Order: sequence, then C-alpha cells, then structure tokens
Amino acid sequence: MTPELWGIVWLSLQVGGVAVLACLPVAFGLAWLLARGRFPGKLLLDGLVHLPLVVPPVVTGWLLLLAFAPTGPIGGWLESWFGVSVLFRWTGAAIASAVMALPLMVRAMRLSIEAVDRRLEQAAATLGAGRWRVFASVTLPLSLPGVLAGTVLGFARALGEFGATITFVSNVPGETQTLPLAIYAALQTPGGEGLVLRLAGLSVLLSLAALLVSELIARRAGRGLHVL
Amino acid sequence: MSFDLDLTRRLGEAEIACRIDAGDGLTVLFGPSGAGKTSILNMVAGLVEPDAGHVRVGGETLFEAAAGIDVPASERRAGYVFQEPRLFPHLRVRANLLYGWREGALDVDETIVLLGIAHLLDRWPRTLSGGEARRVAIGRALLSNPRFLLLDEPLSSLDRARREEIMVLIERLRDTMKLPILMVTHDREEATRLGTRIVEI
Repeated sequence: MTPELWGIVWLSLQVGGVAVLACLPVAFGLAWLLARGRFPGKLLLDGLVHLPLVVPPVVTGWLLLLAFAPTGPIGGWLESWFGVSVLFRWTGAAIASAVMALPLMVRAMRLSIEAVDRRLEQAAATLGAGRWRVFASVTLPLSLPGVLAGTVLGFARALGEFGATITFVSNVPGETQTLPLAIYAALQTPGGEGLVLRLAGLSVLLSLAALLVSELIARRAGRGLHVL
Repeated sequence: MSFDLDLTRRLGEAEIACRIDAGDGLTVLFGPSGAGKTSILNMVAGLVEPDAGHVRVGGETLFEAAAGIDVPASERRAGYVFQEPRLFPHLRVRANLLYGWREGALDVDETIVLLGIAHLLDRWPRTLSGGEARRVAIGRALLSNPRFLLLDEPLSSLDRARREEIMVLIERLRDTMKLPILMVTHDREEATRLGTRIVEI
C-alpha cells in the first residue's frame, strides 16, 4: 500500500461516509412520509426518489451540474451566500454519491417502518405516550435495524459511485478521484494494470465488507434480536 | 355513573351501534366474536374515532361528536389490556411494566408480587408464555395509574390457577379501588361472576 493508494481509499471513505451521513435524515424523513403519509402526489414523490436508480447516472450527474453550477439555482445561492462552490470539490462528489444512494436507503428504511406493528404504537399511546414519545421509544427502535441496514447499503453504493460523480465534479486526483474514478484513470494510463489490480481488489473488499455488515444486521433483526 | 357511551361507527358494510349508561363497578360486554366488542373498547380508549355519539367516563367527556371534543388516547388515562399482550419487544419485562408509570399508581413491588411476575423482570417479552405475557400486560396497564380499565378477554390463555388469581385481582380493583371497568368476554361464567351488569352485544 503506497501513500497514494491510501489517499484514494481514504478519500473514498470520506466521500461515502459524509454522503451517507448527510443523506440519513433526508432518507429517513422520506421513508417515513412514504410509509405513513397520506397526501396527494405520494406516487410522484415515490417516483422522484427512485429516479436515480433507473436514470443513467450520467444524466443524474448532468442535472446536478445544472443545479450546482454558479449560474444554477442551488449553485448560485451557495455562491452568493457562502461564496463556495462544490464543483471539482470532494463535497460535490459526496453530493453525487448521496443522490445515488438515496433510493436504496429510502427503500430499506421504508420497509422497516412499514413493518413496525401499529398496535404497539397504540398500546404506547394508551399508556400516556404522546406522538414524539411513541416515535422515539417504539417506532424508531423497532425500525432501527432497517435504518442501519439501509445506511450500510447506501454507503456501499456511494463507494461505487462513478457516472454521476465524473460527470458532475470530474476526475481530480486528491479531490474527487475516488476508487472507481482512480481505476478508470489507471485503465487509461499505459502500464497502469498493476494499479488497477490493487485498486479493484480494495474496491471489492470494501464493498463485500459493507454488504456483509448490512446482511448481518438484517439477519439479527429478522430473528428479533437487538441490534444495539 | 361510570361509563356513559353512545357510539356509532360504520365498519365497511356493518355498523356498530352501542348505547350504555352504566353505573359503578364492572360492566361486561358479552357477545359472540365479531360483534364489535373490541371496537367499542377502542373507541372508549381513543384509538378509533366514532362517527357520532359521545364517550363519558366518570362524568368526564372524552369524546363528543357534536361539540368537537376528542381527547387524545394518550390523555384519556385508560388502563387498556388488549386481547393480545402487545408488549414492547425491544424492552425487557421491567421496562415494559414501567413504560407508562405515573405517580399515584399501585405500589410497583406489590403489583409484581400480586401478578406473580417477579421472576420475569429481566426477561425479553418473546421468551414469555402466553399467560406470563398477559400478566405483564395487566401489570403495565395498572402501573400507569389509570382512571378506568378496559379489559379485552383478560382471562383467555391463562391456566385455571392463574385465572382464579386474576379474577380475584379484578374483583379487588372493582371493589376496593372503585375503578370503573369495561370488560369484554364471551365466557358466560366469567361474565356472571365478575360483572356488576352484563350488556349483551
């Protein structure tokens, strides 16, 4: 492992971690709305959330570019209020990863919220628990396994993000060059086969570890065991 | 006067209508399965909203369609023992018992001894037998210091000895604590022994 290799792995973990943590509250809120809410346009929201799963990632990246460009609606706002831009920055890579991980996270969380027995929430209410206490003491702990499994799955997806990232924030070594992008760059370089092999191996290991953790959590939850 | 109920609610094709003006003591709702007895308890507890009518318990109005009054379930202070135990699976028995604890409730240790669940306190609900879970559910409801009790078949799935103990407990709650009790059963013997009055549904 050379320092260069470590740098790439570290950047990938950083981008994936920040993406998933930032995505977590949004994903949970959306999952809650889709599981419990009854409102017009629910089907449309469901479709929009799932869009990154089916649209070509290049298109998602291009849409992000439009939105976050200095002249775009979000980019312009960031520029004028904070004087920052996420283009060609690792923060942009994290945004792309977050958008791509969102549907997977929402799906897992929504299923686990739907699986919570509403009758237990009713029992809590008759025992004097108001809405927030019912949520914090019954709904959230019972849906936690799905929330954690969804988060790990989202993290694995974020680690593998390629198309949207390279379209949105390009392939800048040390800034936006995560594992998949580094592999792509090495493939384009004559004599880069050795690097490709090592990067690909690391990538497989990381993804496998994340999937195993997600599966373990799901299994424990399936047996009615406590995750925490 | 304890339970003063006048309820109607459409459930699909069927309509549940119920008018009860009961005095003190234990009122039994007696009738075959599917007659809507549990729905009536749910409406008194505030879990299901009636289409029309009113719910008054001990003189206090908990629901009145005409006046737009609908006290939330969490503020009705019902001690509701459901047909199935509904223990919180992620909490040990002790935490389940104390979930709704309120000042002024029966003494915790005394209740635990009375229900014979002292040896279960550190267990998870999924490891309990049906009868054990039922007793924990009764304890949980009592420790929330309820103003009235709703019992949905509280004696089913208990063995003979335990049934007798729980019946004695219910009699005690009825006679010494003067808690208004609304109880659902389809067992004639239970109904005649415990009921101050029996309402056939």
